[in-house]
Amino acid sequence: MSLRSAAGSLYLGLILVFIYLPIVIMMVMGFNESSSYELPFRFSLAWYEQLAGNETLWRAGRNSVLLALASTVITTVIGTMAALALSRYRVRGHAVLQILLFPPMAVPWLILATSMLIFFYYSGIGRGLHAMLLAHVALSLPYVIIVVGARLQSFAQDLEEAAATLGANPMQTFFRVTLPMIAPGVAAAALFAFGISFDQFVTSYFLSPPGVTTLPVEIYASIRKGFTPEINAISTIIIVFSMLLLVVVSRFYRFGGAK
Amino acid sequence: MKLKREWIGLGLTAPAYAWLCVTVILPLAMMLYFSFLSKMPMGNAEPAFSLRQYMAFFQKDFYRFLAWRSLMLGFHVTLFCVLIGYPAAFVLARLVKGRWREAILLLVVLPFWSNALIRIFAWTMVLRTDGIVDQMLHFILPGAPSIGILYSYPAIVIGLVHSFLPYMILTCYISLQAIDDTLVEAGQALGASNLTVFRRIILPLSLPGLFVGVVLIFVPVVGAFMEPRILGGRQSIMLGTVIEDQFTEVFNWPLGAALSFTLLAIVSLIFLAAYPLLKNRLKVS
Repeated sequence: MSLRSAAGSLYLGLILVFIYLPIVIMMVMGFNESSSYELPFRFSLAWYEQLAGNETLWRAGRNSVLLALASTVITTVIGTMAALALSRYRVRGHAVLQILLFPPMAVPWLILATSMLIFFYYSGIGRGLHAMLLAHVALSLPYVIIVVGARLQSFAQDLEEAAATLGANPMQTFFRVTLPMIAPGVAAAALFAFGISFDQFVTSYFLSPPGVTTLPVEIYASIRKGFTPEINAISTIIIVFSMLLLVVVSRFYRFGGAK
Repeated sequence: MKLKREWIGLGLTAPAYAWLCVTVILPLAMMLYFSFLSKMPMGNAEPAFSLRQYMAFFQKDFYRFLAWRSLMLGFHVTLFCVLIGYPAAFVLARLVKGRWREAILLLVVLPFWSNALIRIFAWTMVLRTDGIVDQMLHFILPGAPSIGILYSYPAIVIGLVHSFLPYMILTCYISLQAIDDTLVEAGQALGASNLTVFRRIILPLSLPGLFVGVVLIFVPVVGAFMEPRILGGRQSIMLGTVIEDQFTEVFNWPLGAALSFTLLAIVSLIFLAAYPLLKNRLKVS
């Protein structure tokens, strides 16, 4: 190992410390007995016990999970359909759809969320879980179309054409030939969609009526009221859950590619 | 047959179109309409069409000051992400090999998947007076003054850099690792120093990734409101937090809408102005 790569490794190590230190400290303080984060550290599960009895948080957690599941199913289905059309059925108007995919990624979420609040309020859609579902699907749709589209691009159309020649109708071709080939891409896209919805704060915050919240909205409210180690406890649970999810994603989707 | 394929294609994209219309196009159009209303439409009072909300931005120093603050915040956070993230991506792409590279890349991306709100909250543990940094200092140096920097501008910058650094590392890494090694070897064989190889070959070829990273960080940071609220205390007021107030506290939606579009226009103008400069550099690659 040369001096240059030793220095490089040291630098990467420092970056990882910067990235993980606050998260680790936050997690550790959830196991500290003191309610005002005082040291010395005394191990205690009191905050987790208190969390277990917090009805509001549990309801918010259930909303978050249900919302993320519904959003994942809808986004994956309509996103895969759109990706299929974009790569296999070249029709007019595709450029329009491709342009429409940009705003959810390029406009600050604050502006998207507030514009949805105005439109949903005056169009009668209103606020609530259904409004959040509309928003979460819109935000994750571009990512699903891109991930599934990339997978579709990496396969030649020979097999699909062969199936069509042998008399399979478009439905049969899709379910028996295309879908098995793109399955890893679809699975990765679904997990992306779940992550985006489960972590979504900005749109949920503006679209939640009093009493109907998700975990991030509830956590934000608690932080603004004042810190308690209970927030550390629920945060720790969410982080562990989210990271496990990404480890699963990485098994489907290789980051960085081989070289 | 061709016609039938066209219908299938339209049918497959229809749900995505409809969804994006209801959640993005119609709302943005309605917000644009709202930004030209004289006041919030409530009760019987008919609001009139007016430029008053936009005029507020140009007449009141307060809003321009806030816009400037938000842009500076975007600039500082992006700058630190470039300065810290680009070298990290460089080391990862050009010096680290094999399984290590994949593992470190995954470690960099991993927390960026966990909730942004929680990561910002984690910094309050570290930065506050009597927080971890402070207590460590007092443990080593009893009697040292407190250095709680929570509720200050630097705290906002630190939290946001932490949140967005993985974007920069990832986008720079992708363009850096795609550089053909033979180009670098050719440069070296022709007698170029390491610095020249970096300046003339590696940097120009990695600019697209750097640019994507800058856009991905600058745009959301300029519109940030949650991070300044949690980490900024009295320093928290930004254009984003004022827009949030118009919708959640003050209920002046026309003003919020006008400020949102002004923000969007400023960001677009910046990128439009930077585009000719970048286009020439990007063409080299």
